[in-house]
Amino acid sequence: MTMTPVTSAPPGSATDVLTVDGLSVRLGGRDVLTDVRFSIAAGEFVGLIGSNGAGKTTLLRVILGLTPPTAGTVSICGERHAARKGLVGYVPQKIQLDPDMPIRARDLVGLGLDGHKFGLPLPSRARRRQVEEMLQAVGAARFANERVGNLSGGEQQRVMIAHALISSPRLLLLDEPLASLDISSVQEIIALLARISAERGVSVLISAHEMNPLLPVMDRIVYLAGGRAATGTTSEVVRSEVLSGLYGHHVDVIRVHGRILVVAGSGDGLDIPPNPGEQPGAQLPGAQLGEQVGHGQSLSHGPPDDGPPDYGRPDYGRPADRP
Amino acid sequence: MTGLLHVLFAPGFFTSPPVRLALLTGGLAAFVSGVVGAFTVLRGQSYAGHALADISVTGGSGSYLIGISPLLGFAGTGVLAAGIMDSIGIRRPRGRDLATGIVRGAGLGLAALFLYWDTTHSNTTGITVTVLFGSMFTISPAVIPLVIVCSVLALAIVAVLYRPLLLSSVSGDLAAARGIPVRIVGLLSLIAIALAVSLSALTIGTILSTALLVGPAATALRITRRPGRATVTAALLGVGVTWLGIVLAYDSFTWPPRHDGWPVSFFVVALTFAGYLLAQLVSGRRPVRRAVRPAAGRATGPAAGPAAGRAVRRAEG
Repeated sequence: MTMTPVTSAPPGSATDVLTVDGLSVRLGGRDVLTDVRFSIAAGEFVGLIGSNGAGKTTLLRVILGLTPPTAGTVSICGERHAARKGLVGYVPQKIQLDPDMPIRARDLVGLGLDGHKFGLPLPSRARRRQVEEMLQAVGAARFANERVGNLSGGEQQRVMIAHALISSPRLLLLDEPLASLDISSVQEIIALLARISAERGVSVLISAHEMNPLLPVMDRIVYLAGGRAATGTTSEVVRSEVLSGLYGHHVDVIRVHGRILVVAGSGDGLDIPPNPGEQPGAQLPGAQLGEQVGHGQSLSHGPPDDGPPDYGRPDYGRPADRP
Repeated sequence: MTGLLHVLFAPGFFTSPPVRLALLTGGLAAFVSGVVGAFTVLRGQSYAGHALADISVTGGSGSYLIGISPLLGFAGTGVLAAGIMDSIGIRRPRGRDLATGIVRGAGLGLAALFLYWDTTHSNTTGITVTVLFGSMFTISPAVIPLVIVCSVLALAIVAVLYRPLLLSSVSGDLAAARGIPVRIVGLLSLIAIALAVSLSALTIGTILSTALLVGPAATALRITRRPGRATVTAALLGVGVTWLGIVLAYDSFTWPPRHDGWPVSFFVVALTFAGYLLAQLVSGRRPVRRAVRPAAGRATGPAAGPAAGRAVRRAEG
């Protein structure tokens, strides 16, 4: 049984950039994904949320064509094996880059354009201009000539996003791009992705184990737990009944100041019923987010970088239930 | 002026046929090793390079037994070992050291047998020393065509796979997602390493050949920040140390203690090491990163605010 409360379009609709239908993956004798189905329309910003080991990376790898599914289909812009035709941009999970590696941010972005081609690269003015524009678009021009291994986590993510975007894909897949970033970088990267998605009409599927920083920008959510997925707006999916069904045991969903806490429990102590009159938390357009983040209200007084990211600051973004 | 030249280049240097042959084969081997080595170091395959060099001892020692060119022996076993390493699973992170170690151990075991037979057969340890440590002034002119074939093959692999190799050295997943046949690229890069190591095995010996593969490349990676420049720098550094090594070895026939010359291989490896130390010293003094973080930053859309805040915090920390 798959929990699919609402999808904005039926799977396989003509406007969909990505359609995942009846997808099951079995790896090493374990069912990693079971009958996952959802679709993403053009320009949509979708969060792929789930705890570590929920199958987020596996799902992204299947979409990319790196892992074959056991059952079900993935189609991108109506094509089955489109990942390699430049329709999909991919930002993999945090990769260790050696500071000694003589590859500048600029070189890595250029490889996004023609890294799959054979033969020696010929210097081209058009190519250089295209790389330059992409670097500007993601705010990476300042450190374009630095070795990628010397950049901070947030700077590396900008470069990786530019690398994924330069081939003008229709769909951008990002695997935990916010993990191991400090809180201000998290907000910068989210604002950047929201702006790019809006400006270029690129659909975004971004995986995260922590949904709160993404609440203001997500159009919809794909929640993975127990190998199954629930899809819809945040307020449709992140409810005690739905998530308890996915996890197979009772979980509570607690909303505090527009943040959401998903807590495993017996259901008799902490049970706070979801607010039925609540506005969907995912309808804020990226431009408004940019404005809010731009103030950087509490950021400069924020916790030190080495502490765990404090996603739950009361003044983060706009509370979802107070429009 | 001529006096100074005579101090550096002992009389007869440029007219000696063995020296000319050494300059040609040594230079070519070093060039190929530098180019291939840059990618070897970039992709973290130095251990695989080391293993392929060790395994070529097997082919080199075997070639004397059956009377074929040692280069054919080096390259044959190297390419074969590359194939075996790939099929055992060099692509998996954990399989990588395992596959390399297993094949290397098996190869060296055979080499022990072949070298023993070589020694008992010809009643001399000369072959062992030649295979292990090279003998640049005794290279046979007949081997030149094969040297050129191996060089062209190795350079062609790097030239054709230049961008896929770079991309997969950043991340194998990233390359695979772009439709790059990662496995074939990996196998071909191992074959290029095997060929480069075989060429250097002919000139400075199997044991030392990784010094030319890794040394100039590691030096170049420290002092350049672009992939293309790193490759060219590694190749030129390799040729430089090899030619200088040949000059010094030729000069050393008048040196103590025994006045019959020091081996070229010693000079090449010593100069390579000195070059690396020098680069380490120079790049160590230079700040790792140029200061690029202005306090306010250029406006990068919505990100400008937090970026400025972070810069301030960093400055305080």
